[in-house]
Amino acid sequence: MELLKVDNINVYYGSIHAIKDVSFTVNEGEVVTLIGANGAGKSTILNTVSGLLRSKTGTVDFLGQSINHVPPHKIVAMGMAHCPEGRRVFLQMSVRDNLEMGAYTQPNSGVDEDIEKIYKLFPRLKERYKQVAGTLSGGEQQMLAMGRAMMSHPKLLMLDEPSMGLAPLLVEQIFDIIRELHAQGTTILLVEQNASMALEVADRAYVLETGRVTMSGTGKEVAESPAVKAAYLGG
Amino acid sequence: MEFLSYLISGISLGSVYAIIALGYTMVYGIAKMLNFAHGDVIMVGGYISFCATTYLGLPAVVSILLAMAVCTVLGIVIEGLAYKPLRAAPSLAVLITAIGVSYLLQNSALLIWGAAAKSYTPIISGTLQLFGGKLSIQYISILTVIVCLVIMAGLTLFTSKSKMGKAMRACSEDKGAAQLMGINVNQTISVTFAIGSALAAVAGVLLCSYSPSLMPTTGSMPGIKAFTAAVFGGIGSIPGAFLGGILLGVIEALAKAYISMQLANAIVFAVLIVVLLVKPTGLLGKKVMEKV
Ligand SMILES: Nc1ncnc2c1ncn2[C@@H]1O[C@H](COP(=O)(O)OP(=O)(O)O)[C@@H](O)[C@H]1O
Ligand SMILES: [Mg+2]
Repeated sequence: MELLKVDNINVYYGSIHAIKDVSFTVNEGEVVTLIGANGAGKSTILNTVSGLLRSKTGTVDFLGQSINHVPPHKIVAMGMAHCPEGRRVFLQMSVRDNLEMGAYTQPNSGVDEDIEKIYKLFPRLKERYKQVAGTLSGGEQQMLAMGRAMMSHPKLLMLDEPSMGLAPLLVEQIFDIIRELHAQGTTILLVEQNASMALEVADRAYVLETGRVTMSGTGKEVAESPAVKAAYLGG
Repeated sequence: MEFLSYLISGISLGSVYAIIALGYTMVYGIAKMLNFAHGDVIMVGGYISFCATTYLGLPAVVSILLAMAVCTVLGIVIEGLAYKPLRAAPSLAVLITAIGVSYLLQNSALLIWGAAAKSYTPIISGTLQLFGGKLSIQYISILTVIVCLVIMAGLTLFTSKSKMGKAMRACSEDKGAAQLMGINVNQTISVTFAIGSALAAVAGVLLCSYSPSLMPTTGSMPGIKAFTAAVFGGIGSIPGAFLGGILLGVIEALAKAYISMQLANAIVFAVLIVVLLVKPTGLLGKKVMEKV
């Protein structure tokens, strides 16, 4: 079943035409990745899907329903979580309060139990639950951002460069978590500059160049394409 | 004993500033704008309470509740009609609009209630005599300090424990991220204006009980002082507004008593300038921590 269907979107920043005729789909249970160089338009696409930006053309359908005119907070309530680029955790709020904010659309009764589940996934967060997020390391903030996104029980989890700026060991850890979430049945749309890692976990992939989709296929197909090898995987 | 009585009057005056400053600071924290019309909402609260007791013969407590209700609605309407359409506009445009709203409220009051000062009946009168009459404290002073402490405690609990209060903090830090949590940012801003305006109504009633002459410009000067208090304490910070308000009241009262009646306001603002030179974010203002 198609969870997300993006059809022919064009997104502008004033006169800058950032996204050109982009279409793609994400099916239930898949990990789909969008890869592309810095400035290709990956974050712009995620922001358009989550309603922070709007496309001038085409449609964004989520769960078979057009969300072109649905405000972002209602899209979240429908079951989409967007873990934005640069983590954007609430730096002055505690780890626990950040997680509670992730559960904003959820009934209060299940929140404590859900937080315990997140602590199991990220034991580091449990150790630091009282600390304000601004005192966490970059890797811990990324864990918090992902945990916070999971608190809304998303049908679709969108991750924007979760490995950005992290040491290799932490990158491994983050991708292990992505695999685990996938194994638990979460549908994931993953945006990455780290193409090799992303293509490894992805069922399907789209390659984005200056606002256009230039290639798509299974993770393996894309990883083995000579053009992608040359451009993103270091030859 | 004399010093003590000046100090007490400073603290109670400061409590009124603190209540107003809380409204300024909460709105600034979330909407990142200076709501210049906040002082005039105080004045409206005063008039509503005045009309309720004088013309309708309602008891003081009911008149306060009525003033709070009217100001709450007024705050929501001002935000919705004047500020919300400017959410993406440059901050100067918003500031000018706020000044416009301030004049609109003052002139509407002029039209409705006239320019002549109304004499407001204090909600409580009388004084408490201590030390065989050497120290006398007005009941209204005591009430003001208590009300301020209750409001302060209530707001602290609200923002640290309640879901809505936490959502406000989230919005004040990062509106985009707050939306991605499913928070309705517009609604949250609206609630903030509602709370700030209800507090302004309370401040209006207390203020008029101190200096019982009510005019369309009654809210201006206390509004500016409370804004100063909010900046003094660190704009955006709730404990900062409280501390700033109390300190401002005390400095003003002591300056009036020991230095000069005329220079008191100048001294207050001089202290503000010195504090901001030493600590530009105000006494309790936070620097935003950032980590890559
Ligand atoms: N707020 C903005 N205003 C103007 N141009 C922007 C803005 N954000 C992104 N862009 C431009 O849009 C293009 C796509 O950016 P982005 O989606 O952030 O790329 P990516 O996430 O792939 O690095 C880039 O050319 C970038 O310069
Ligand atoms: Mg990006």
